[in-house]
Amino acid sequence: MSAAWITILAPLLGALLIGLSPAKAARWIALSVSGVALAAILQLVMNFPGWKSGLFESEANPVPFLPEFGITLWLGYDSVAIMLALLNAVLVPLCVLGSFSAIREREREYYAWFMVLSASIMLAFASRDAILFYIGYEFTLVPMVFLIAIWGGPERKSAATKYFLYTFFGSIFVLGAILWLGVSMHAATGVWNFDIDALIAYGQSLPASTQWWLFLCLAGGFAVKVPIFQLHTWLPLAHDQAPTGGSVILAGTLLKLGTYGIFRIALPCAPEGAVALAPFFAVLCVIAVVYASLICWVQRDVKRLIAYSSIGHLALCVLGLFAFNPIGAEGSVYYMVNHGISTGALFLCIGMVYERYHTKDMERLGGLVKRMPIWAFFMGLFTFASLGLPGLNGFVGEVLCLMGTFIADSGSTPDNYPGVLGPWYATVAASGLVLAAMYLLIMLGKIVWGPLTEPHDDHHAPSGLSVDLNWREIGVLAPLAVLCLWLGLAPGYVLSNLEPACTRMLAPFPAIVQAHIAADVQTAHDSEKEQN
Amino acid sequence: MLDMSSRLALLAPEMFLFGAAVVLSILGLSRSRSRRALVGPLAILSLVIAGVLSIVTFDLQKAESAGLLLPSLAMWLRPMVAFIAAGLMAISGDFVDQSLEASIAKSAAAFSPLRAVRGEFCAFALFSVTGVMLLATATDLIWLFLALELVSLPTYVMVAIARGDRPGLEAAVKYFFLGAMATGFLLYGFALLYGATGTMQLDDLRDIALAQLATGESSLLLVTGIVLSIVGLCFKITAVPMHFYAPDVYEGAPLPVTAFLSFIPKVAGFTALILLLSCIGLGTTGLPRSVVAVLWMMSLLTMTLGNIGALLQHSMKRTMAYSSIAHSGYMLVALVAGSHDAIDALLFYLFAYGVTTTATFGGLACIQRAGLDADRFEDLAGLRRTHPWATAMIALGALSFTGIPPLLGFFGKFWILVSAFEAGQVVLVGAVVLNSVVSAWYYLRFAATPIITEPAGRSSDVGQNTSRWPVAASIVFGCALVVLPVFVGPLMKSVQESTAAPVVVVETPLRQR
Repeated sequence: MSAAWITILAPLLGALLIGLSPAKAARWIALSVSGVALAAILQLVMNFPGWKSGLFESEANPVPFLPEFGITLWLGYDSVAIMLALLNAVLVPLCVLGSFSAIREREREYYAWFMVLSASIMLAFASRDAILFYIGYEFTLVPMVFLIAIWGGPERKSAATKYFLYTFFGSIFVLGAILWLGVSMHAATGVWNFDIDALIAYGQSLPASTQWWLFLCLAGGFAVKVPIFQLHTWLPLAHDQAPTGGSVILAGTLLKLGTYGIFRIALPCAPEGAVALAPFFAVLCVIAVVYASLICWVQRDVKRLIAYSSIGHLALCVLGLFAFNPIGAEGSVYYMVNHGISTGALFLCIGMVYERYHTKDMERLGGLVKRMPIWAFFMGLFTFASLGLPGLNGFVGEVLCLMGTFIADSGSTPDNYPGVLGPWYATVAASGLVLAAMYLLIMLGKIVWGPLTEPHDDHHAPSGLSVDLNWREIGVLAPLAVLCLWLGLAPGYVLSNLEPACTRMLAPFPAIVQAHIAADVQTAHDSEKEQN
Repeated sequence: MLDMSSRLALLAPEMFLFGAAVVLSILGLSRSRSRRALVGPLAILSLVIAGVLSIVTFDLQKAESAGLLLPSLAMWLRPMVAFIAAGLMAISGDFVDQSLEASIAKSAAAFSPLRAVRGEFCAFALFSVTGVMLLATATDLIWLFLALELVSLPTYVMVAIARGDRPGLEAAVKYFFLGAMATGFLLYGFALLYGATGTMQLDDLRDIALAQLATGESSLLLVTGIVLSIVGLCFKITAVPMHFYAPDVYEGAPLPVTAFLSFIPKVAGFTALILLLSCIGLGTTGLPRSVVAVLWMMSLLTMTLGNIGALLQHSMKRTMAYSSIAHSGYMLVALVAGSHDAIDALLFYLFAYGVTTTATFGGLACIQRAGLDADRFEDLAGLRRTHPWATAMIALGALSFTGIPPLLGFFGKFWILVSAFEAGQVVLVGAVVLNSVVSAWYYLRFAATPIITEPAGRSSDVGQNTSRWPVAASIVFGCALVVLPVFVGPLMKSVQESTAAPVVVVETPLRQR
């Protein structure tokens, strides 16, 4: 059995085992199976041929699953998918470890759902077959809904319902688009095949008007998951109400399913549509960057603030993808990973404070550095990583996304990747980053420094936790801190490995953008003539 | 011409079921309590045997020589119906007379043949299933009509006698009169069909009808006949414009009977539709445009009204009624698509729908409140503490209804959408997609209420159904929702084989009129 299967089946088996074993053992089973999945994916990463080729590399041949429709069980990664799968494999055991003290009721169910969630995310990232991808992508809904609805905050029910309906609404459009692609490919070639690469090849051969609709359905569907501005309203509530572990996975990898879907399926399947719709999506992204920052500025709840900041960060990520040049695309993928690490870590930090003080209200917390210096160190580090301090991981992705957007205009870029965006988009988005620095620093100033403020009622006593972080909690945060530093100081190693996959994805774009710009110039010219 | 012996040989499972029904109705009147207790299990057993028989005794050559439109249809349909009906029987069999038997056990009441109806109930259920199985081998309009009536008439009685209370009787009367009206439509349609083509034999009817449609020779009578028959059959499949009885009847009937109603008449209606529409080109040359237009409107309205209606309900049974209306709308999409592949998709969807229905209703039938059905969503609150299995199965069923992959319901929807895309029905696909989102909301209530909420005042007096059969049925069918997707390839293959065209087409000259 290949290692890719282990990353999916180990958590599933773990979930079954947890169901059969006593409640006390649940956390240890969850920890060990997610460790097995991490080991399996690390072993894959070590000898991964896709770093250089940029192709989907799989260890095994496809196993027919539904031969009538050419659906196969075919797992494999390219360098982008394996990065995100690795991110998930790293985050899951840390979340499990971080949940030890936070989850005190219905433990078995919690860890079982968590393992199912991990398995279905792994399936989505590992699938080479579009339907298989959809199965993983869609099934994440079920465990996540229960994680939010059972172990969430006071508004958990409406948060879970909203999350379910929004993302179901988005993903069913993705399903429709994938099915349509498969069916029309069958009509054109007589072969049923849902291999993503085959769908991409077919999608690119379609006329521009068809691609326009196709891209709208695919990217619009994924946009709910990302979430892009206007479709984002489920996110603050869901992130805020979810238990810490759930928030981490939600921000860390579930949102990345949306950006990954845009990168892997929407952009390459319908490049003409992508180019035509790029300004539309880019404007939404730019608005989101500024808008989310402004909302963050007035938040009182720390967790909600981080949730809104995710909207801005992910919007920047999508903006980088729509630059259609390798700098933007690599920056975007890099940012996906970094956002997963730093935002995930921030949620963990806030969770640790919440366990001690039972509040996330910035007005009721302050000067915690005096009580919890270790925690304050981590909180500061991850906040700086999140706001894009040079030397930490967030900076690299942000700058690359902005740079990619900046140079993505009709003039030729260094690598001859013309784009349809340009300096204006980058400038406005960059202003959002200034705002991000502001609200994050305000948040940091309030709860970490400043006069010591603690809620008086019931702190310390019921949680049974030490005043500052204990060794387990340090063990949860330290690996993420190391990753933040490493990815921030030596980005070249990962970026060079992402390059082949990104340039491969972008291959059809320069010609299409060129033609698009030429057509625009032509129409402008024509209308000028008419006016004269 | 027709060969009576080969025709009869095809009907072995139906004859067995008929015999079993007669035996059960007598056994139900036995004075010995232990013998009467055998009625429910025996009904399940005989359905399983009938299912096995219908696989073992099926002979394709005989079926072809019997002049069937779709000779192998019975190969898939009859076992499917029999096995799912066995599940439905497990839910309803022991339900009837439960309180009567309990009071007899406590010797609080004496046995009276007038009051004990379990035997009759099970016999009628078996008759109804026999009717569906007979449909699969229908060769002419009369047979089709009689089989359909054999499906319907027992269900009217089942609604009335299952609990024998006022709501049940009211539902039964409503069901009966509206059903009779629908039958009128159907008969009138059949009469017009006979008038248009001069034959009752389905295969002859198909040849003449296709010839008429091909030449464009005045086929008004034919199309009117077909449309009237469709309207009549809408009653069976709870489609617009004959859907309005469903919520009232489903609510009035006891929950185990509701489960039966939401599957068995629906299979009958869709089988009859497949056979009738096959006569005018379904799966071969394509349906006439006027009929497609009718089906298109029906499908769109049915799924939309069904889902919107379901959103507004507080009663679980009414919600399920509207949900079953919505699912008919999805299935009608396959008929609009009209390709050969679409028939397969429809048959597969029926199967997925049946399994999901059995799992969900089985879970719901596990619980009772004050001796009646638990029918409010609040009754489900905190169910996981007291009824963990029922909770899990209700959740699985609801998610499968929603079409969450990788559960069985997803593959049903998948196939329907694929066949609709193949036929270029993009608007209908959009409608199905949007409707699925609407349906997600109320299915989420089913799935989540028992798991996430804490027991409320209303749900604290929810108790266990005394019979263990519903739990068993829901666990078997609920696990099937998870396990069957692994075998979805072979399953789809067997569906496709069941609608394959006859291997040897025997050229029979049209009989002289």
